[in-house]
Amino acid sequence: MDQFTINLLFVGASFALYIGIAIWARAGSTSEFYAAGRGVHPVTNGMATAADWMSAASFISMAGLIAFTGYDNSTYLMGWTGGYVLLALLLAPYLRKFGKFTVSEFIGDRFYSPTARMVAVVALLVASLTYVIGQMTGVGVAFGRFLEVSNELGLFIGAGVVFAYAVFGGMKGVTYTQVAQYCVLIMAYTIPAIFISLQLTGNPIPGLGLFSEHQASGQPLLQKLDQIVTELGFKEYTAHHGDTFNMVLFTLSLMIGTAGLPHVIMRFFTVPRVADARWSAGWTLVFIALLYLTAPAVGAMARLNITEQFWPNGTDAQAVSVETIDSDPAYDWMATWEQTGLLGWEDKNGDGRIQYYNDASPEMQERAETEGWDGNELTNFNRDILVLANPEIANLPSWVIGLVAAGGLAAALSTAAGLLLAISSAVSHDLIKGQLNPKISEKGELLSARVAMAAAIIVATYLGLNPPGFAAQTVALAFGLAAASIFPALMMGIFTKVNNKGAVAGMLTGLIVTVIYIFLHKGWFFIPGTNSFDDSDPLFFTIKSTSFGAVGALLNFVVAFTVSGMTEDLPEAIEELVESVRVPRGAAAAQDH
Amino acid sequence: MSDQKSQSAQAQKKSDTDYWKANLRIIMISLVIWALVSFGFGILLRPMLSGISVGGTDLGFWFAQQGSILVFLVLIFFYAWRMNRLDREFGTEEE
Repeated sequence: MDQFTINLLFVGASFALYIGIAIWARAGSTSEFYAAGRGVHPVTNGMATAADWMSAASFISMAGLIAFTGYDNSTYLMGWTGGYVLLALLLAPYLRKFGKFTVSEFIGDRFYSPTARMVAVVALLVASLTYVIGQMTGVGVAFGRFLEVSNELGLFIGAGVVFAYAVFGGMKGVTYTQVAQYCVLIMAYTIPAIFISLQLTGNPIPGLGLFSEHQASGQPLLQKLDQIVTELGFKEYTAHHGDTFNMVLFTLSLMIGTAGLPHVIMRFFTVPRVADARWSAGWTLVFIALLYLTAPAVGAMARLNITEQFWPNGTDAQAVSVETIDSDPAYDWMATWEQTGLLGWEDKNGDGRIQYYNDASPEMQERAETEGWDGNELTNFNRDILVLANPEIANLPSWVIGLVAAGGLAAALSTAAGLLLAISSAVSHDLIKGQLNPKISEKGELLSARVAMAAAIIVATYLGLNPPGFAAQTVALAFGLAAASIFPALMMGIFTKVNNKGAVAGMLTGLIVTVIYIFLHKGWFFIPGTNSFDDSDPLFFTIKSTSFGAVGALLNFVVAFTVSGMTEDLPEAIEELVESVRVPRGAAAAQDH
Repeated sequence: MSDQKSQSAQAQKKSDTDYWKANLRIIMISLVIWALVSFGFGILLRPMLSGISVGGTDLGFWFAQQGSILVFLVLIFFYAWRMNRLDREFGTEEE
């Protein structure tokens, strides 16, 4: 059986499993369906939330970004997990006590203002749409590879599948489908990592293998990696190269963005008790950590494997020959990925070998001169292909490659569909029914939801063709937007007595300033070529657009406190609401005993 | 009668305020640790920890890639456990 058939088999089987579980779960009763999350054990709920949360950015993209940059991209690891601490300590228990179902409802009630609710809805829409663009990038990579077509065609097919998936309800709200998705996703991520860790270090736990000895050389793995990449003129893997200020801000943006994105917060509204909201956040992070502790090992080991494939006899000997790439089955992955247009190599100097090195490094230019090289010949290696190509690069059995296919698609599709559902319900329920046309019929509401979903996917597909960055980078922008607008409003709603005017002014400032800053650097509405600045030389100090969310959040807080201080105090009823949210007592009945 | 009622309401209010203060103190301590392991050990203080080597690199690298995540986990579970105990101390738990 060839690899293509095996991939289809695994992807098909995993989808049959999700659909089967969805049908089995729905057969119960409708009330059970709506109460998904209630009466579910915090461990199960944590697993489902982890599946919901981990998307193409975590699964497909993140390890690739770490692999090619090293230590500096630890920001993703710390940022996307550290946010759960904020969520568990600052938001989840209080939002559960409040007892409504959406983030914008809380903001509308707490700030006793339909305007505040509208601003929150708009902020959620902007952040979610940006998030979907990142997902579509990942969907394109995954479908392009597994259907063995170009990245663009893969993106179009993927968009169709995501749309169908979301229209059918995306199998959301059915906790057990998500549990199944989590199991597929985590096996697909860790099994190849275990194989590779065993090959390289003999340690079956990838997270520990990363800090173990590289068996072939007898050196610690990371030391070996540092050595081999610097010999080719690349930056040392474990060292810090970027600027520290930016790294801190970027990490902070991802953390507070995590605690400000609606689709994760919502899950804590529906746990049975306040105490469960606290535990659930912990269990969610346990299941996320299984992937996140493995990801740095995947990145480092893949980088080592790739480099060694191009320099099979060491970096000071001859590079791999074109003939070997064409004939040796160990290099088959290069041909399959070339089809997607995301990998490219070219024998520039015509010596029959592919030299992979950093042609911007002065020492390497010297060496190139003496050896007759004509620049780096691995001309294109899209970071987003690394995780999916990884098992092929390491020559793992074909069933492992098929499993990774299923896992990548599970991660991308579930989150993309979930976000589309959030977007469509925000438009139809919060925006149209809640504000523009309260008398809309149920049919009209449903239709507007579908139209919003279709519009969102068309926009996301168009921008996904020319994304503002690799999947995880685009998703990071979404986190910046959520960080600048939603998180501060939620936190001030619980911990301070900021009033309606303060909250509205704060959210608007945070959102608008951050959106403009991102558009100035990434192009207006992410349309390529319309940017006036570049992240390599940003407008404001050294702050890149991906790191700006933390600045936006700070502005949000400052403006909110200033405006609130200059205007009237909270009404008594709202003051009582704030007091009651702070104490778990009476959560179930939502009133005194 | 009504006097007694308002007295107990006041006592309740005082106890809720104390509960909230205790909660804020626990949150503060937790967030200091949260920032210390990630922004501190992982980024800003990494040069100071460069002498402590861990598997071919230094402690700061480990904190940035794995250590901080493990500490985050401990923090969340500690907070859940501590707050559930605090709820019982102040009688603020759900029935």
